[in-house]
Amino acid sequence: MTQAVTVTGIGKSYRIGQLFEWQLRHTLVSWLKNPLAALKRNHTDPFWALRDVSFALNEGEVLGVIGANGAGKSTLLKVLSGITRPSEGEARLRGRVGSLLEVGTGFHPELTGRENIYLNGSILGMTRAEVKRRFDEIVDFAEVETFLDTPVKRYSSGMYVRLAFAVAAHLEPEILIVDEVLAVGDVMFQKKCLGKMNDVARGGRTVLFVSHNMTAVRSLCTRAILLHKGHLELDAGVEEVVERYIHHAAVELPVFVDTADWPRREQDNLKPGLRIQSVELVGVEQRAILTVGCPLKIRVKFTVSKNLPETVFGFVLKSADGVKLMECRSGMDESSRIRSLSPGEYVIETNLPELPLGPGYYSIDLGARCEDGGLDHTPDVLSLLVEEPQAIDNLWLRRVEGVFRIRSHWTTPETVI
Amino acid sequence: MQEKVIRSGPAPLLPPLDELWRFRELCWTLAMRGVLVRYKQTIFGIGWAVLRPVLTALVMTIIFGKIAKLDDGGAIPYLLMVMAGALPFQMFSACLLSASGSVVANAGMVSKIYFPRLMIPVSTCMVAVVDFFFALLVYVVMALWYGVMPPAQAVLFPMFILMGFLAALGPGLWLAAVNVRYRDIMQIVPFLVQILTYLSPVGFSMEKVPERWRLLMSLNPMVSVIDGCRWTLLPGAPAPDVNGVVLSAVVIVLMLLLGFVCFRRMEDQFADII
Repeated sequence: MTQAVTVTGIGKSYRIGQLFEWQLRHTLVSWLKNPLAALKRNHTDPFWALRDVSFALNEGEVLGVIGANGAGKSTLLKVLSGITRPSEGEARLRGRVGSLLEVGTGFHPELTGRENIYLNGSILGMTRAEVKRRFDEIVDFAEVETFLDTPVKRYSSGMYVRLAFAVAAHLEPEILIVDEVLAVGDVMFQKKCLGKMNDVARGGRTVLFVSHNMTAVRSLCTRAILLHKGHLELDAGVEEVVERYIHHAAVELPVFVDTADWPRREQDNLKPGLRIQSVELVGVEQRAILTVGCPLKIRVKFTVSKNLPETVFGFVLKSADGVKLMECRSGMDESSRIRSLSPGEYVIETNLPELPLGPGYYSIDLGARCEDGGLDHTPDVLSLLVEEPQAIDNLWLRRVEGVFRIRSHWTTPETVI
Repeated sequence: MQEKVIRSGPAPLLPPLDELWRFRELCWTLAMRGVLVRYKQTIFGIGWAVLRPVLTALVMTIIFGKIAKLDDGGAIPYLLMVMAGALPFQMFSACLLSASGSVVANAGMVSKIYFPRLMIPVSTCMVAVVDFFFALLVYVVMALWYGVMPPAQAVLFPMFILMGFLAALGPGLWLAAVNVRYRDIMQIVPFLVQILTYLSPVGFSMEKVPERWRLLMSLNPMVSVIDGCRWTLLPGAPAPDVNGVVLSAVVIVLMLLLGFVCFRRMEDQFADII
């Protein structure tokens, strides 16, 4: 089998602050201030967005490129597409390369759907004749027949994305480079895109595919690599790499956080008297990864330095984008009221019997408030990754909508007489 | 099967020719995009391409001929004399202005798609050329109206237009590349064009310039281009100075080389710093 892609020791460095230092004004000013120093190049440490990455890809392989934000995935694809030149190393690509790093680049809002299909096609490297041949297919895939002669600025965002993906998906390169394009569009369309990508992959094309969608990576790719801070951490089978990404290489998810020395905001500490010393996730090992519907138990250690009147504790569950989903608070019923506290060290625990959240990343703000106005607050003290239970191995069963997940009871179907 | 090798270090000066061939249609498509987009959501649509030069001609006649009284009552209608010089100059200035800003204007494409970057300034210039042909149409109609037939040397007209196009493309390439890093360029270019307007014989004929200054003025290639266009379009117009044309051609070639080399040297970094 021939190698379609060979990457040897690719690295890409950026000089930090480069963008600002290169302002002509800055250059002139520094030259005026010190004509000699300006002659020397200033040696700031370069930032390596990618370093020493090597791998090879056989013809027809579909490679998933996985990594946290800033791991260098997009830089790698940009280098392989030829958009930016590597700082070191070499890559060989055998065959025509088509890359789709962003949906709809090169679309012009004033042009009609038809005009944009031709424009985008030739930007992506198709000839007019090729686009013409596949025109009906593209239109059909994008479902925009009736709007072909409408400027795309009047398209709904869904239509826009569909059309853009359709053009790119009908490119017929031997090597296809795709970056996170499935993150757009509704679920139906994502499904369609995945199907199309599957066809491309089955058609013997070599594909490099970046995604945060592990379901997509699992179903499409035959192999995967994991990037971490610009380095290639793992090059193996899809399952192994996905597993490693979720459990070892993703964001740090500590289960115990020492908050004693955390800086507090001033307005939180007008009448100090209580200080949260540590927050701990109980019953979870090593990393804060939970399954949907499992219990959530948090243990808080705190110190009290003076006699306090009635105090409440609470935590807010927030989604990854910072939306406050809900708050759980002590003192809402008689049994959990804390009427007073004398100086000393304490431990308090809170327990949600079933975590009502779907899969995703969440964070927790934890705080305590006193009747006399004193409070202590530790924002984003814990981060949680909630996963679907492994028992559900059927992929289509996993696609459940919504942020929250609450156990629901269903009767078995009964025949209606 | 073609093999693409991506290496660190500076790119070869000559872009891979097979690649330029593969993307040959893109240049034209981008140019067409530029033309189409301009007249979208206008009442007259593409009619503006004709209407604009008509209006320009009208304004020039009134300002130069009637108010400034530059009309010397020569054998050639003054309006045609001015148009024959102004149209190529307009093409030149439009090329230079749009090419300088072209790479930055297409930042999205530059940072997300790979294609030969040279296509951007070249296709942008082609938009101005398309505009020029519409204006030329207006000129032809007016010349027929005045009954002025082009002389035999009109066959050389395309050569002078090509000179004007290349005269803009050379500095345009360089300015487009530098503009990616220093956006100051876009502040400077309009002034540059303005200065060149005064240094070019748009509203007057080179005959009015003292002999000893003429060769020096030919350092501005547009002097030869405008003179050449007049000579090839208007019967009885003086032939451009041969020394001047050669000098202009040398300047154009040097600028083109400089622009091309600079562009190639800097284009690798476009995506990183745009």
